[in-house]
Amino acid sequence: MRWRNICGSVLAFLLCASANTARAQSPYGIGRPATAAEIAGWNIDVGHDGSNLPKGSGSVSHGREVFAQQCASCHGDNGEGGLGDRLVGGQGTIGTAKPIRTVGSYWPYAPTLFDYIRRAMPQNAPQSLSDEDVYAVSAYVLNLNGLVGADATLDAKSLAAIKMPNRDKFVGDARPDVKK
Amino acid sequence: MSSTIDNRDKSTRSTRRRFLQGSSAVAGGFVLGAGASAAAETENLPPNVPDWMKAPGEPMGSQPYGAPSPFEKGVVKNISKNLKQYISASGRTPLQELDGIITPNGLFYERHHGGVPTIDPAQHRLMLHGLVERPLIFTMDDLRRFPSESRIHFLECSGNPGYAKPYGKTASDLVGLLSCAEWTGVSLKLVLQEAGLKPEAKWIIAEGADAAALTRSIPIEKCLEDAMLVYSQNGERLRPQQGYPLRLLLPGFEGNMNVKWLRRLHVTAEPAYSREETSKYTDLLPDGTAREFSFYMEAKSIITRPSGGQHLGAPGFHEITGIAWSGHGKIKRVEVSVDDGRSWQAAHLQEPVLTRALTRFRLPWQWDGKPAVIQSRAIDETEYVQPTLAELLAVRGENYFYHNNAIWPWRIAADGEVTNALA
Repeated sequence: MRWRNICGSVLAFLLCASANTARAQSPYGIGRPATAAEIAGWNIDVGHDGSNLPKGSGSVSHGREVFAQQCASCHGDNGEGGLGDRLVGGQGTIGTAKPIRTVGSYWPYAPTLFDYIRRAMPQNAPQSLSDEDVYAVSAYVLNLNGLVGADATLDAKSLAAIKMPNRDKFVGDARPDVKK
Repeated sequence: MSSTIDNRDKSTRSTRRRFLQGSSAVAGGFVLGAGASAAAETENLPPNVPDWMKAPGEPMGSQPYGAPSPFEKGVVKNISKNLKQYISASGRTPLQELDGIITPNGLFYERHHGGVPTIDPAQHRLMLHGLVERPLIFTMDDLRRFPSESRIHFLECSGNPGYAKPYGKTASDLVGLLSCAEWTGVSLKLVLQEAGLKPEAKWIIAEGADAAALTRSIPIEKCLEDAMLVYSQNGERLRPQQGYPLRLLLPGFEGNMNVKWLRRLHVTAEPAYSREETSKYTDLLPDGTAREFSFYMEAKSIITRPSGGQHLGAPGFHEITGIAWSGHGKIKRVEVSVDDGRSWQAAHLQEPVLTRALTRFRLPWQWDGKPAVIQSRAIDETEYVQPTLAELLAVRGENYFYHNNAIWPWRIAADGEVTNALA
């Protein structure tokens, strides 16, 4: 009994010691600390729940203007696709022989739309749109898909609150699914 | 033996066919060249001394980097001439032109989403932040100070090929979004230990410094297992097309996750559900559900010689050879059928057989000159057997798009033409 207590104490001490060592010191001492400002400047990741979405907002009507100037040449005037992906429609087709995968029919999370537009669009000048413009374009694309009204203005909270039609249709990887 | 398998253009082949048809005296695979080139070649053939022995060659320094022989100018990346756009596009490795298991860097397959950036390594930084004890920034010099390692692994695009017709004509058309190299860099685990992972750390979002700022989420288990931060490929620094100066390598995982031009690792509790892992790189089933986070490339093989677009010059001995690979580890066995799948023989695996690397297989074959269908199937160390396309389609349907690892048969006609048997 006593032996077990001693063993337990020693084990607990060793675990704490190794955890403290891992926390206290880097093994090689290579690299320098990243400051909060540096991280904030580079960390543009938006979570699927809307975490890390920036301040600001944008309306469908403003988004229509930005889309016409920045997006329509590749995605079509109404998001019907062209050089760039089709963005609109396809709802009800995903389980058919000819699925049309768009933001409205396929994408599970609305904040992902903000994340992608901000980091990668427009293709010839990524990261050139203001956060307000990105909210606005997101709102317009969601409006074209019938997911927000024409008078909608989206911000971090309202964008994250949108339930995308296909959200519950994603499942885990079941492979190996074909095996002899 | 290479003279019996030609890969000439159509006009040469049709000329040869006419010649063979019109001359019963011609035996075996002996084929004369045609026209003026035949005369020029004759002057360089025995018993004559060839031109290139009668004058000095190019002096040292004429090629400070080096280039393939001008006679190999047809061996280039397979880039479609009908792409919708070229900023976000792919170019394939000419698998059927290559030997061994290593892909030359200039022929390594490419896929980019915002073009190929030109990055000054002195100004490149890797930021590591999120659920870590010490957020850190590394220069390229910093990363090269870590203990380094070199490993040979394949890399494959997950959409290689799709499930719906049209299917490609050549091995490159079908599965040319596949290459293999010796990678040098630092174990990601070492770099993560430098920052100290917090217990809630479950995923790492990797971001590229390209115009797509491409992001993919990687399970922490893979990051700690065999992931690498890579700066060199086949001995030289990465090519810009492969992520110069720094890329992520996730052996056995779909190509898109091996983020190029890597600039940021964000340690998180949950995946990002970025555009690349929701609207793309998810696998749509016939019932409308879609598999997400399907990372592994399953066991696969393809015969590269003889393969589609090539031509068997004559009956008799031919070596069947190809490549096999598995994202789940080593290739254990490759079986080859020369009778349309009725019987299978074990192929010889060429050493080295490495985990998550291409493995070269070979089988000697006497072609009787009759039409034949040849194919290979790979078995990996988990005992998984490469399935047929029909078996895949029965479970996954034509909308699945990614992770098609089907057996691919080649049809050999009586005249020696090799074509895609499923096209």
